[in-house]
Amino acid sequence: MDPRPIRTQPLVSVHDLSFYRDRRMIFQGLNLAIERGKVTVIMGGSGVGKTTLLNLIGGRLTPAGGSVTVDGQQVSALARRELFRLRRRIGMLFQSGALLTDLDVFENVAFPLREHTRLPASLIRHLVLMKLELVGLRGARRLYPAELSGGMARRVALARAISLDPMMVMYDEPFAGLDPIGMGVITKLIRELNDALGMTSIVVTHDVAEASAIADYIYLLDQGRVIAEGTPAAMQASTAPEVRQFMGGLPDGPVAFHYPAADYLADLLGS
Amino acid sequence: MDQDRGVVGHIRRVGRYTLDGVARLGRAVVFFARLVPGFSVVVTRLSLVVQQIYMTGVLTLVIVVVSGAFVGMILALQGYNTLVRYDAQSSLGLLVALSLVRELGPVLTALLFAGRAGSALTAEIGLMKATEQLAGMEMMAVDPLKRVVAPRFLAGWVAVPLLAAIFSAVGILAAYVVAVSDLGLDGGVFWAQMQSGVSVTNDIMGGAIKSVVFGLVISWIAVFEGYDARPTSEGVSRATTRTVVSSSLAVLGLDFIMTAFMLRGL
Ligand SMILES: Nc1ncnc2c1ncn2[C@@H]1O[C@H](COP(=O)(O)OP(=O)(O)O)[C@@H](O)[C@H]1O
Ligand SMILES: [Mg+2]
Repeated sequence: MDPRPIRTQPLVSVHDLSFYRDRRMIFQGLNLAIERGKVTVIMGGSGVGKTTLLNLIGGRLTPAGGSVTVDGQQVSALARRELFRLRRRIGMLFQSGALLTDLDVFENVAFPLREHTRLPASLIRHLVLMKLELVGLRGARRLYPAELSGGMARRVALARAISLDPMMVMYDEPFAGLDPIGMGVITKLIRELNDALGMTSIVVTHDVAEASAIADYIYLLDQGRVIAEGTPAAMQASTAPEVRQFMGGLPDGPVAFHYPAADYLADLLGS
Repeated sequence: MDQDRGVVGHIRRVGRYTLDGVARLGRAVVFFARLVPGFSVVVTRLSLVVQQIYMTGVLTLVIVVVSGAFVGMILALQGYNTLVRYDAQSSLGLLVALSLVRELGPVLTALLFAGRAGSALTAEIGLMKATEQLAGMEMMAVDPLKRVVAPRFLAGWVAVPLLAAIFSAVGILAAYVVAVSDLGLDGGVFWAQMQSGVSVTNDIMGGAIKSVVFGLVISWIAVFEGYDARPTSEGVSRATTRTVVSSSLAVLGLDFIMTAFMLRGL
């Protein structure tokens, strides 16, 4: 085990992780560490398992081998009660927002507070309005999720994710499908929340420009493992072909464009 | 896929369907076992259950009242038509009441409930799954089985017997109106026959037991299908159809079994 005192250990460490879906390998020998107080970006093409990794960290999936440790606790070994206690300290922003469609914006942000605390209504109101003010949507509190634009929905989801003041927030593709202004807003929010509230952030994305702008540290995943890691500057300067391919957005290279398939000619001739 | 043709293919397919069915049944039982601890929601958050009873009630009440009225009126006409041949039309009230309380009330209410509220329940839970709302709750350390599924299941279970009682009551009233105003029967005789002929322990309890069982089975199927649905629009729509089909068949099958037991005196 890591001999360092818990305060200086990484908040999340993934050790030799393997995971399969219907015998298909998603991760094998994956190692990475998320440092406290930093914004760590996990990059990779779609389908490499970025969302799966967040679910493994959050304990919604169980690894086939290896371990995920969050704040000194091995996630897959936790009893349900302890797992739920840990999750209260982790906020997660889903790609789709995952807002509760039968509740309005205010009630969505209030949801975790109502479920987990016995705070009086006036205090809940204060806390919710504070979080909504942080994401700039205090005025939208009476709208329902169906009435929000994609960017607004994601900001509401963010306000909800931080309503219990978590130690860490995981963002799944926070930039996907946003216009440039929306992207800028989210980028600024992630950075501000991370620094002002002293949180740790994990951002999963395939967007190279935004990743470079926001990251303290980047991991690049492919074929179930980390193929490169470093600060944004180091990644940009890297000469490794697979890193250059991804960072430069080249269609094909060492990182295959094709899903594994039988020989093309044989397929066409229909043997 | 040459192996799927011919006789062997048919046998294979039958085998696959059987295995699928058994596996589904197994999942449903496991799901129910996981759902049971969530019943504590009645104690901790009764308002969630009451709210759901209200929602399903609103959804189904009108259709139950209207159907109950029509069925009652039809029973009066048909019953009169038969009874009058034996000069027994004074027993019309009894005939209508027994038919409704023991059989038609519970069964028709259950079928209407399955089509209206059961399918809506499946669609709602399936969509919450497809849009990651359930996953989101899990990550917020909220158990969706307890917060979302258990209140809906319990509400459905309670709602069916209540609605069945309303169905029978409306049916009897409607039959009374037809009997008195259209068929020219004496209102006092209609009620008196009913009062002396319907037994509380036997007939009313029998009907109540049936509708409690139907409520349980329909709600179970509905929440299970929603929770088990593939998280796509196609998956949800299939699950909704399956809820209506399987719960209707389950209601009719169970009704036969329960009726057989009850008529032989348990
Ligand atoms: N529920 C599931 N069942 C089976 N396979 C899945 C499921 N969810 C994801 N996968 C598969 O796992 C792989 C990784 O998915 P995901 O983590 O969503 O990728 P990413 O987020 O990097 O785009 C994909 O190939 C996907 O097809
Ligand atoms: Mg993803």
